[in-house]
Amino acid sequence: MSQLSAPHLLGIKNLTESDIQLVFETADQFKEVLGRSIKKVPSLRDVTIANIFFENSTRTKLSFELAEKRLSADVINFSAGQSSVKKGETLVDTVNNILAMKVDMVVMRHHHAGAAMFLSKHVKASIVNAGDGAHEHPTQALLDAYSIRERLGDIAGKRVLIVGDILHSRVAFSNIFALQKLGAFVTVCGPQSLIPRYIEELGVEVALDFDHALKKADVVNMLRVQNERMEYSYFPSTREYVMQYGLTSERLGRLDHIPLIMHPGPINRGVELSSEIADSSDAIILDQVENGVAVRMAVLYLLASAM
Amino acid sequence: MSETLLLDSKSIHLLLHRLANQLLEHHLNFSETVLIGLQPRGIYFANRLGGLLREEYGIKDLSLGYLDITFFRDDFRRSQEPLKANKTKIDFLVENKKVVFIDDVLYTGRSIQSALSAIQSFGRPKAIELLVLIDRRFSRHLPIQPNYTGRQVDAINQERVKVCWKENEGEDAVYILNNTL
Repeated sequence: MSQLSAPHLLGIKNLTESDIQLVFETADQFKEVLGRSIKKVPSLRDVTIANIFFENSTRTKLSFELAEKRLSADVINFSAGQSSVKKGETLVDTVNNILAMKVDMVVMRHHHAGAAMFLSKHVKASIVNAGDGAHEHPTQALLDAYSIRERLGDIAGKRVLIVGDILHSRVAFSNIFALQKLGAFVTVCGPQSLIPRYIEELGVEVALDFDHALKKADVVNMLRVQNERMEYSYFPSTREYVMQYGLTSERLGRLDHIPLIMHPGPINRGVELSSEIADSSDAIILDQVENGVAVRMAVLYLLASAM
Repeated sequence: MSETLLLDSKSIHLLLHRLANQLLEHHLNFSETVLIGLQPRGIYFANRLGGLLREEYGIKDLSLGYLDITFFRDDFRRSQEPLKANKTKIDFLVENKKVVFIDDVLYTGRSIQSALSAIQSFGRPKAIELLVLIDRRFSRHLPIQPNYTGRQVDAINQERVKVCWKENEGEDAVYILNNTL
């Protein structure tokens, strides 16, 4: 198979295992391209892409923009803060106005879950979801799984532990879907108040005891506590959170084997990860960022080839 | 569909030796030359030729790589079939070297045009040459000609040239397939 099964990337839930493998195989070739002295290929030279960000982003926005430029696409950037959205323009009107300028693809981040799906039904362009509310962040999950595959080989059978604020995390949901499709066993861990109800229905194990769950993990993905999405306090204090769910050298020192340590960024140093661990060779946080460009190039290339 | 044998194993063996000798004549000890097989099908031919140069002609330090041109093709989003990328493996410098592209069939010349663009990502070669097993002359879309040719063929457009190698198809042979009959 050499084509994705869908014309948009709205979430991992809609992808098949072969779609994910195709993205990985294509990303392998783009990773090689990124190692060359000239890191650019002309594939998307006749494609224009709009990056529409209704929410703040550093990594994802830069990574998408770099991926687009490495593919030779023309790129326009749009941030809701400096736009007519402030004047009351609707999402569909905003995007249709951008598309009227002959834009072919839209990469969008939005604070509402389902925004990318909504857009895909109302506008004529290929949509890439760069994060929609607490729903999905598909390219992050693809680059996370790609980074695991790069370090550990086959993902099937691996035990992946996702720790922290699962409730507000689109990264957690996309990771669960991607890893399960690839045959991994996923456990989520965090304070009861930050574990969504009925998450077991997705086929994941729930652990409240971090130390116990860590013993079985091949990979541990530490999520940030998303204070900006919290309307009230979900745990008594940051200190207590760190004691129970923070990854420190002391905690790792009690293990027989050290799992692969991941974090989607931005890190709250001293909260979910100690500085020492974040900078250690067991953490592949910067590898994830590097792989993000290759994986996003693969996604954009595959979607553009089907347009 | 009819199938005509153009070259059998013995003819291919002779052609490989002749092409290896022509390369030797122009590149001597290959210290300033690198061989690049074009993905996907040129790599079998390049490996065979590289093996011959190493084992039978005593070229010890031969640089042989593979170049994938998928991301440089001019028919992206214009071809019926989605284009799937293959592996590029060039673990040596091409800067200031003589590069020899190796492919099995030269047809329209568009793949070679893409390869000429793609190789620039690895540096500026001193010169680039082209070696092909089969040259389908009269089918060119671009002004591109090979420096070394195994066999020239005047195939018509409905015909297809199929190159088989022991490594992937179980035999060394070249066939002309005609879809109209």
